Amino acid sequence: MKENSKTPSKMEIPKGLWLRCDGCGEILYRKSLEQNLFVCMRCGYHFRISATKYVELILDNESFEEFDKNFVSGNPLNFPNYKEKLEEAQKKTGYKEAFIYGRGRINNIAVIFGAMDFNFMGGSMGSVVGEKVARAIRKAYTDRVPLIIVATSGGARMQEGIFSLMQLAKTAAELALLASAKIPYIVVVTNPTMAGVMASYASLGDIIIAEPKALLGFAGARVIEGTIGEKLPEGFQTAEFLLAHGFVDLVVPRKQLRPTISKILDIVWNKKESQSLETEKLNYKIEE
Amino acid sequence: MKQYLDFESPIAELEKRVEELSVIAGYEEEVNKLKSQIEKLKTRIYSNLTPWQKVLLARHPARPYALDYINLITTDFVELSGDRYFADDKAVVGGLAKISVSDSKYLSVVIIGTQKGRETKEKIFRNFGMPHPEGYRKALRLMKLAEKFNLPVVTLVDTPGAYPGVGAEERGQAEAIAKNLREMAKLEVPIIAIITGEGGSGGALALAVGNRILMMEYAIYSVISPEGCASILWRDPEKAPEAAEALKLTAQDLYQFGIIDEIIPEPLGGAHHDYHLAAQYIKNSIIKNLSELQNLSPEELVNQRIEKFRSFGIYFEV
Repeated sequence: MKENSKTPSKMEIPKGLWLRCDGCGEILYRKSLEQNLFVCMRCGYHFRISATKYVELILDNESFEEFDKNFVSGNPLNFPNYKEKLEEAQKKTGYKEAFIYGRGRINNIAVIFGAMDFNFMGGSMGSVVGEKVARAIRKAYTDRVPLIIVATSGGARMQEGIFSLMQLAKTAAELALLASAKIPYIVVVTNPTMAGVMASYASLGDIIIAEPKALLGFAGARVIEGTIGEKLPEGFQTAEFLLAHGFVDLVVPRKQLRPTISKILDIVWNKKESQSLETEKLNYKIEE
Repeated sequence: MKQYLDFESPIAELEKRVEELSVIAGYEEEVNKLKSQIEKLKTRIYSNLTPWQKVLLARHPARPYALDYINLITTDFVELSGDRYFADDKAVVGGLAKISVSDSKYLSVVIIGTQKGRETKEKIFRNFGMPHPEGYRKALRLMKLAEKFNLPVVTLVDTPGAYPGVGAEERGQAEAIAKNLREMAKLEVPIIAIITGEGGSGGALALAVGNRILMMEYAIYSVISPEGCASILWRDPEKAPEAAEALKLTAQDLYQFGIIDEIIPEPLGGAHHDYHLAAQYIKNSIIKNLSELQNLSPEELVNQRIEKFRSFGIYFEV
């Protein structure tokens, strides 16, 4: 696994022993913050963390095996400065692209797990992210194991134009297959998940979990303000806003992600043994 | 009054002179000369359009809209309304219709389109062709109806995009689009999606997950508007023409990329010059594509559609 904390940027958690919380301004001791999974001890603000951190946070120790690690984007439009932007993102994050996936275990339940990384070009979805998400879904389908995806993204990647747009339909189409096989798909939406990703696989989970205060939505606040000509209310497009309007199932603090997912999987997936015992009992009673 | 775009001004000038001379006796020869000059000029101008000029044509205020095409292409159109949850979105129209193939043969279809308005009042009524979630949900309801009664689906897409507004967010714009993408992928009847004007990002795609994706000759289809792209790239929406170039959003680009299956020709100068001819071209294309799909089983249709979208993307392994 990669060590990401070595290459911070203004988007990620900055270097240094002490950090200022973006939520409340409190100065926090790095070690304690890290122990608290980069959630502010004072106000509960969730600092943005890398895809790898989510692997560590949610999956059983050492259980993750990454697939298709070395997929890189073509530059189908020959878009100005795109090549440079990609190289810069690769250097900055240590990832080849904005999404990693593979197989792993949660409380010993086999799953396919994927996570996006916002530090890689704003977690934008181009051909590689779309392809890898589609492959993650297909793998869950063929292996018949649950799929967990942690999403964070500004949306489709402009630099790949129409190819990026098509990834919305591609991932959604794969999810149609997965749904038909009755395999559970759990999405964790984190700060921020917007536009093209929210309008495809991030909104299609059987169960959608959001991190507190995460910014979630379709259109960006500035675009909406520009259209309607007024300021948006406080709390618009937050996880809590979506919860209130019925578009996420749960708002769960980072610390509770693993136990919550584990509990859900235990009920919807890991039930077989206990369930069949119950049925036998029931049959027996009826025959009596 | 005809509306001319900037690059059409040489044509406008000549047409004005023709108009002036036609009312005066004795200038027939001159008028005929001018007319053939106009045709030549048109051919030259319209076969050398820049991407930005195509954007302007795709957004031309006189361009035919979904209901114009539906009226010209179909008979017995029964418009259906509402998403059965919240409202009837006027930016999306749809219903049952027949498309006549010959004197004795017709195809029954469900036809759905995004609808723009022409005058200010109608523009507002149609919300400039930008659907709310209920528009996408209405469309999906009609597609499920099509599936139930085994009717093919035809969509006519011409939208700047899904509406960015407070109510749209509250009612789940993202969810509505995402669900359409997934449900369209597995619909067990043929879907023909036609981009007739503007294909504005996710808001267009949510009606365009088809077995066939077709575009009109001067239609555009893009992940972001040229203005939006220019604002992000150069912090200057005025640079939209450059962005239009970079985004590769024309029908010709998308055909080359293998994203779309066919370019439907337009009358010289664009669909707005001849609604009937434009509609005829669309109708021919619908009939041709539906006849190619008619022998596929529901399962084959779904597989073809999923595999089609599965194949989109350029990447490699290092």
